[in-house]
Amino acid sequence: MSDPLVRAVNVTKSFHHQEVLKGIDLEVDTGQVVCLLGPSGSGKTTFLRCVNQLEGIDGGRIWVDGDLIGYAERNGKLYRLKDKEIAAQRREIGMVFQRFNLFPHMTALDNIAEAPVQVKGESRAAARQRAHELLDRVGLGDRGAAYPAQLSGGQQQRVAIARALAMQPKLMLFDEPTSALDPELVGEVLAVIKELAGEGMTMIVVTHEMAFAREVADTVVFMDGGVVVEAGPPSQVIGDPQHQRTKTFLTRLRSEQHNT
Amino acid sequence: MSSANVEPRDAEPRTGLSPRQRSQRSRAIQYAILVVIVLVAAFTANWGQIATVFFKPSLIKSAFESGLPTAFLKTIEYTIGAFVIGLLGGTLLALMRLSSVGPYRWLATIYIEFFRGLPAIVVFVAFSLLPLAFANLVIPFDPYGTVWSALGIVSAAYMAEVIRAGIQAVPKGQLEAARSLGMPLGLATRKIVLPQAFRIVLPPLANDLILLVKDSSLVFIIGTSAGDFELTGFGRDLANTESNLTPLVTAGFCYLIITLPLGLLVRRLEAKAARAR
Ligand SMILES: Nc1ncnc2c1ncn2[C@@H]1O[C@H](COP(=O)(O)OP(=O)(O)OP(=O)(O)O)[C@@H](O)[C@H]1O
Ligand SMILES: [Mg+2]
Repeated sequence: MSDPLVRAVNVTKSFHHQEVLKGIDLEVDTGQVVCLLGPSGSGKTTFLRCVNQLEGIDGGRIWVDGDLIGYAERNGKLYRLKDKEIAAQRREIGMVFQRFNLFPHMTALDNIAEAPVQVKGESRAAARQRAHELLDRVGLGDRGAAYPAQLSGGQQQRVAIARALAMQPKLMLFDEPTSALDPELVGEVLAVIKELAGEGMTMIVVTHEMAFAREVADTVVFMDGGVVVEAGPPSQVIGDPQHQRTKTFLTRLRSEQHNT
Repeated sequence: MSSANVEPRDAEPRTGLSPRQRSQRSRAIQYAILVVIVLVAAFTANWGQIATVFFKPSLIKSAFESGLPTAFLKTIEYTIGAFVIGLLGGTLLALMRLSSVGPYRWLATIYIEFFRGLPAIVVFVAFSLLPLAFANLVIPFDPYGTVWSALGIVSAAYMAEVIRAGIQAVPKGQLEAARSLGMPLGLATRKIVLPQAFRIVLPPLANDLILLVKDSSLVFIIGTSAGDFELTGFGRDLANTESNLTPLVTAGFCYLIITLPLGLLVRRLEAKAARAR
């Protein structure tokens, strides 16, 4: 068995003396899907942002594909990497945001083609060609010329996924990709993520969609108060949780989802 | 107060007028005052003299023949050059103000506060004295180099604040999305943040352009030679020699030819921005 693609060891992170991550350990093998669950404020978003260095960490280590993220280690000391070096590490890690964050001044096609052109130096024509294929893959082959404002939330999120895929990342991070969507648009986005999982993409997905987590996740991780409370296959963590905090959370989530 | 069935308490209950009748009456009074003013003006002013001092047709004609079009062109050239310098300098200053490097921030803040606090005319007087202070100073592209720098230095300070506000109005998620795709900070700023920031601040920037058109009139303080006169310098010169204000009035109308359409543009851009929101 090879090394895990993602290995996080004892990751800590504080905002103004408030410790948000209190020593997170997490491993994700290549091709695996990990779903992160947890109540609001438990640090799920912060953890994802640490993995691709949108936030620096205060303690611990994160490796992605063997590379120490954000730092270089020399003689047992950690040195913060330069902006360009961190940017190079981020190329390997795709991120999909809760609120899509598409570039509003570009068409869907150019949203996808921009980074391959600017960062990888691909020709505009080749990048657009591939952007078109990616749009096809997320079911939006005919919407390439549309601007984000002309697309529905579900369509925007699918473009955002295609945009991340265009950099051919080894790892995809999803931060509640469907929670900003109208209920009837959730399915189309989850379907795309499911397909991606089926193709063997390694992913960490923060989600409250229980059915999705049960079906797609190899591992479900329940976080609360900045620590991992329990982790395991979905049948165990969702089906038969051991900790009281997990049970309480799942019960509340079920009642909320029944009410809507 | 405005609803109809409430008795008006403090507004002249004695007259028994409805709000509508009252507003009609107030409008009638305003018109009456206007008529009086117009009548007084018509009978007391010496219209013949006013017409010959401000609007003498022969002088309008000679203004056009003796270089008004050139002066018009100079005003535009001075303005555009200064605008480009102000835009580049302003963008640089705005980025410095938002930099994480302290000294950049301080330098930009000092520059901006200094040149916004200073009357522009002081800068122009300073530029007019520069050749005296530095005997062998040569500013290239005379007179453009001098004019553009003097105007551009001041307007960069104003535009910097506008552009900074624009950059800060771009949602943080935009920069984060760009960076998550592996763009270094500089690239993400150039390709993703700045294009959106400029779109946001297009109306106030166009407004700065109008101010710049008018500020270009300060150029005469630097003391350009006659061939390089812009509208104000030209109008003033001719008005002096003719002892008549017509050339200056004509030059003034030329400013309006530039600024009024720009003002219209600003209002359209603002309306468009409001609709996009
Ligand atoms: N940039 C920041 N500055 C200060 N505090 C922050 C910042 N980002 C997050 N926090 C705090 O860190 C804690 C964890 O936030 P985080 O967004 O990671 O939680 P989450 O699990 O993603 O919650 P949610 O389900 O609501 O998205 C919260 O208390 C939040 O207020
Ligand atoms: Mg979150």
